[in-house]
Amino acid sequence: MEPIITAKVQESIDHFANKDIYIHMETTNGAYASHFNEKFFSAGAYIRNARLSYEHGKIVGEGPYRVGLKLEIGWVYAEGLTHYGFDEKGRLLLAGHDFDGKLAVALQIGEEPFK
Amino acid sequence: MTMEIEKEQHVLVIFPHPDDEAFGVSGTIATHTKRGTPVTYACLTLGEMGRNLGNPPFATRESLPDIRKAELQKAAEALGIKDLRMMGLRDKTLEFEDDGKMADLVSDLLAELKPSLVISFYPGFSVHPDHEATARAVVRAFRRLPETERPKLHLVAFANNTDADLGQPDIVYDISNVFEKKMDAMRAHISQTIWLLKEMEKLLAQNDEATVQRVKFERFWTYRWDDDKVSELKA
Ligand SMILES: [Zn+2]
Repeated sequence: MEPIITAKVQESIDHFANKDIYIHMETTNGAYASHFNEKFFSAGAYIRNARLSYEHGKIVGEGPYRVGLKLEIGWVYAEGLTHYGFDEKGRLLLAGHDFDGKLAVALQIGEEPFK
Repeated sequence: MTMEIEKEQHVLVIFPHPDDEAFGVSGTIATHTKRGTPVTYACLTLGEMGRNLGNPPFATRESLPDIRKAELQKAAEALGIKDLRMMGLRDKTLEFEDDGKMADLVSDLLAELKPSLVISFYPGFSVHPDHEATARAVVRAFRRLPETERPKLHLVAFANNTDADLGQPDIVYDISNVFEKKMDAMRAHISQTIWLLKEMEKLLAQNDEATVQRVKFERFWTYRWDDDKVSELKA
C-alpha cells in the first residue's frame, strides 16, 4: 500500500458509484488494549461483505483522510485513513495505520465479495 | 520449582491464532517432537484481523492471511510439528460461532487422535475473546468424555488476575534445552512479532532476569474440574 493520493482514491470511489458493491469496514484498537491498560476503553466495529450501492462518495482532509459514501437512504463513513492500494481484482483498499504501523481503520470497496 | 516433561503418546495443541503457540508453549512442543512424540497443532484461524501491517505497510487486510499462513507453516516446521491443521475459522469471530459446533470441532479431534495430552488456553484467564471461546470449546468437549478417558489438560493463563484468582501454575518446565527452537518459532511469526522480538533479544543479551524467566520457563495450569466455571451448552 502507498500513502494516499486523493485524486487516485477519488477516481476509484467514482468508479464504484451506483454499482452493486461489497464493503469491508473495520475500526479496532486491538483485543489486548484493555489487557495492557485496564483504564483503556476498548471499542471497534467490523462489517465484512456488506452489499450496498452508493450515489456518490468523497475523500476529504489533509491526511489522515476521511471518506464518506452517500447511500440512497444512509451513509458509510471512515476517518483516519492513511494508505491506499488495489488488490488483484481491482478492489479499492483503504487503511489507516497508526504511528506504530498497526491497523486502526479499514474501508474496502469491490465489485466481488472479499474472501 | 521445575519438573520433567512427561513422555506422551500424542500431544494435541489447540489455539486460535498463528503465534499463540510461539511464546507460551513452543519449548514444550519442541521437547515432545524431539523425543519423537507426535504433535498435532490445530490452529483455528489465520489471524486475519492482525493489526501489525506496518507503516509503511508490508501487507493489506486482504494479503495478511496468506502471510500468516506461511509464517505458521514455518513455525510448525521449526518445532518439528508434522501434523499442522488450519481449521478455517475467522479471527475475532469464534465467540459468535455456534458453541455446539465449536465443541464438536474439538470432540472430533479428540476422537480421531486420542491424544494423551491436550494443550490450550485456560477459560476465564486468556484475555482475547477467541482464546476464551477456544478454551470453552475444549472444556465442553472434554466433559463429553467419561472422566477416566479424558486426556491430561494443560492450559495457558495470562490474564492480569491469574495470580490472584487462579494461583500459581502447577506445571513449570525449564525449556533451556530447546531454547533456540523456541526463538525460531517466535521469529517465524515475524510479521506480528518484530517489535516484541527486538526488545526481547536486547533484554536477553543483557541477561535481564525477568525476560530470561519468561522465555526459558513455560507455565501451565491443569484444568480444575472441581471448579469448572464454563457454562453448559444449551440443548
Ligand atoms: Zn491469540
